[in-house]
Amino acid sequence: MGPVSPLLETVNLEKWFGGLRAVHSVDFRLERGEIRAIIGPNGAGKTTFVSMICGRIPPTSGRVIFKGREITRVPAHARVGLGIAYTFQLVSIFRNLTVYENVALAVQRRLVRHSLDAIKDNPRALTAEVEGALAEVEFSPPDDRPAGTLAHGHQRLLEVAMALALHPELLILDEPTQGLAPEEIAGLGALIRRITGNVTVLLIEHNMEVVLGLSQRVTVMNWGDIIAEGTPQEIEANPEVQRVYLGQ
Amino acid sequence: MSFTGHLFLGLLEGGVSGLVIALTAMGLSLVFGVMRIVNVAHGEFFMLGAVFAWYFSSLTGSFYPALVAAPISVALVALLADRFILRPIRYAPEPTIVATIGLLYILQQLVLTFYGPYARPVAAPIYFRVDFPWFGYSGYKLVVAALAALLLAALWLVVTRTRLGLYMRATQQDREIAQAFGVPTERVYAAAFALGAVLAAIAGVLIVPVQQAHYLMGLDALLLSFMAVIIGGVGSLTGTLVAALFIGLIDGVMSVFFTPTLAKIVASLLVAFVLVLKPMGLFGEDRL
Amino acid sequence: MTVRVQSGEGAALAHANRLVWGVHLAVAALLLLLQFVLPPFHHGMLARIMVLASYAIGYNLLLGYTGLMSLGHAMFFAAGMYGTGLTVYYLGFGALPAIVTGLLASIAVALVIGWITLRTTGVSFLIVTMMFAQAFFLATLYFNRITGGDQGLVLAGRLPPLHLGPLTLNLAQPGVKYNVALVVFTACVLLGLWLVRSPAGRVLVAIRENEERARLIGYNTFHYKWLTLTISGAVSGLAGSTYTLLFSYLGSSFASILYSIYPLLWTLVGGVGTIIGPLVGATMMTYVVDITSGYTTAYLIVVGAALVILIMRFPQGIMGAVRARWPQWVP
Repeated sequence: MGPVSPLLETVNLEKWFGGLRAVHSVDFRLERGEIRAIIGPNGAGKTTFVSMICGRIPPTSGRVIFKGREITRVPAHARVGLGIAYTFQLVSIFRNLTVYENVALAVQRRLVRHSLDAIKDNPRALTAEVEGALAEVEFSPPDDRPAGTLAHGHQRLLEVAMALALHPELLILDEPTQGLAPEEIAGLGALIRRITGNVTVLLIEHNMEVVLGLSQRVTVMNWGDIIAEGTPQEIEANPEVQRVYLGQ
Repeated sequence: MSFTGHLFLGLLEGGVSGLVIALTAMGLSLVFGVMRIVNVAHGEFFMLGAVFAWYFSSLTGSFYPALVAAPISVALVALLADRFILRPIRYAPEPTIVATIGLLYILQQLVLTFYGPYARPVAAPIYFRVDFPWFGYSGYKLVVAALAALLLAALWLVVTRTRLGLYMRATQQDREIAQAFGVPTERVYAAAFALGAVLAAIAGVLIVPVQQAHYLMGLDALLLSFMAVIIGGVGSLTGTLVAALFIGLIDGVMSVFFTPTLAKIVASLLVAFVLVLKPMGLFGEDRL
Repeated sequence: MTVRVQSGEGAALAHANRLVWGVHLAVAALLLLLQFVLPPFHHGMLARIMVLASYAIGYNLLLGYTGLMSLGHAMFFAAGMYGTGLTVYYLGFGALPAIVTGLLASIAVALVIGWITLRTTGVSFLIVTMMFAQAFFLATLYFNRITGGDQGLVLAGRLPPLHLGPLTLNLAQPGVKYNVALVVFTACVLLGLWLVRSPAGRVLVAIRENEERARLIGYNTFHYKWLTLTISGAVSGLAGSTYTLLFSYLGSSFASILYSIYPLLWTLVGGVGTIIGPLVGATMMTYVVDITSGYTTAYLIVVGAALVILIMRFPQGIMGAVRARWPQWVP
């Protein structure tokens, strides 16, 4: 038999906004179980690129292949069902709902197969799963205040808990450490290391310490192109990367 | 009368009503463009123009004082509405629609109370006939068309050549930046709303010798201006003008050959589908 | 640690649950008892109000629980009305099959209109629904040979009595009218409660709060909104259908823009995002309009003034009030 297909692959993936080419014909492969970081200066097209993977933004051309199946035209909500979860660069949660309701919404999505079946429900199983998801990220909500009133770091943790409650195979984190305190960053790093094995992680990150300490491979983007890819050590040593990014 | 005659009549009527629709629609387009609000009561300003025209011309016995006094009165009504209804709700999109629906009923029912359910005519200030090979045509209607065209040109000058126009364009681009550069945006809003109302009112005054004044006449004016603004693309005064002329011509030709109800059904569906299929045309800027 | 918080919340939820169902059933019981004490005029008014409040409940399902403001619900109300009234008038249907045809008509209209209009949001949704409803209204005038147009059709004498097992009900009798209206109203309240408190209701709230997040945890938000609009349209249609049966009349005025504005007004008066609010709103406004129309033909000025005052009383606008009110899960 041929080589095992990667978890995720993009072929000539390209995005134009009006006359502006945000992502240039990108070929990309991600193996199962990896922790991959995407780095690059602001405006390099990182968020646009991962948004096309999770389905938030349709590509102008090119293909997205997940688990050997083409998903280029699969809508975002259905990609979640296939195993892709995404957390936003700016925390996106249901701010007026409680922590419990936020996580319950993610759990409920996994417990039911079809939208109309959501009418059937099992409150006990739901509660147990919500508690499990919060325990996994080691977060105990202070009370049942609206989630929007939590501290920023807790909101971020909640969003990660929601994503993990979906039991994804691919977890895309868009700048997860942004705005977090150093100890919170360490906690998040430990969490990411803990979940790999079941989950492949693709993260966009600016904090080089996190990138170098966490990821097995690093992809560097600049002006919509991938300009380098390799182990963190190779990337650190790459003169072009130093020029456009590290050495600025 | 021959088919060509009917068609020519349709085109002529359509051209005249297209220019009148354009005046009304420009007011709506201006208000949406500058203030980002949909004024559902816009048709009532048209109606008020017509009713005030009847009032002032029967008071003075002449049409000309009404031509000035009616739009000024309507401007005052608009300023009051802006100050006491729209500004307090901060021009928020959905609440503004609900509030202007309320304003629509208040104005319409006040007119019903004080003016009554009648359709009253006003004598045209000038009367002459223009003879075409198939029929004679009211010269006043042609004067109305010419006046409407002149006013549209004047509006264009106001928007492009005056300080008020500059302020309005700046506010349309970005309200906060305009404010930071010293543009008195509250007064610009009030001025835009009043100017929009005045345009509708003038259209109402001009049309009253042809159509008679009635308290329900605002609804059709509203629908037609909505169509012009939506099809023409909001914020674009040129687009509104072209669309209004187009709608006037289509409406003129269709109402010669079809019943008005059927024409209105087609028009409503057209507006709905344009909005669904080309949302960027109208409210797109706010969406993305 | 988390367990303590969650189980505490669970108990509170169960308590709130009992309370909510209790309050709604108490309102239904109160309405049941009122018929024995009300004088005939108010008895008749309340029967009409319960039907109109059912319509408002249908409207509020869409506005309160998805945040979409429609100005076209008269077309669903009228679809139910014509679906029922025309089959009684021309085909001699009895009340029950006629209600079914009315419901089917409104569901069909809601499915098609929802599929088209839900591509828009906010102000565009409002205008698009208004334009479709306007086309529907004009169509009822255009086909006036069938619909009776503005004059409408009177069903009196054409509707056979309703046989329910041993019971024979004559819908023209005031007592029957009142109790049929009460049954329909209670059914709409229970349906609304069940929907918004079901897991699907949780998703609807999520969509209203943050549609993109809801989509990116895997919900097909279009389907949920479509489902809600269809249920909302069906409840409105059921109200229209009941109205025509109980009051033996159908006419174009019920398809007009005013009948799209009414449920919005009732909902605003009573409280957006609540199930009982529409009853309060419909009761107040129906009485106010009724009393005013005794003094002046320009009674719609009350509607206009009420809309302006209500909107100005909510400083953050309607949508803000929707959000501020939701989490308490009050009736």
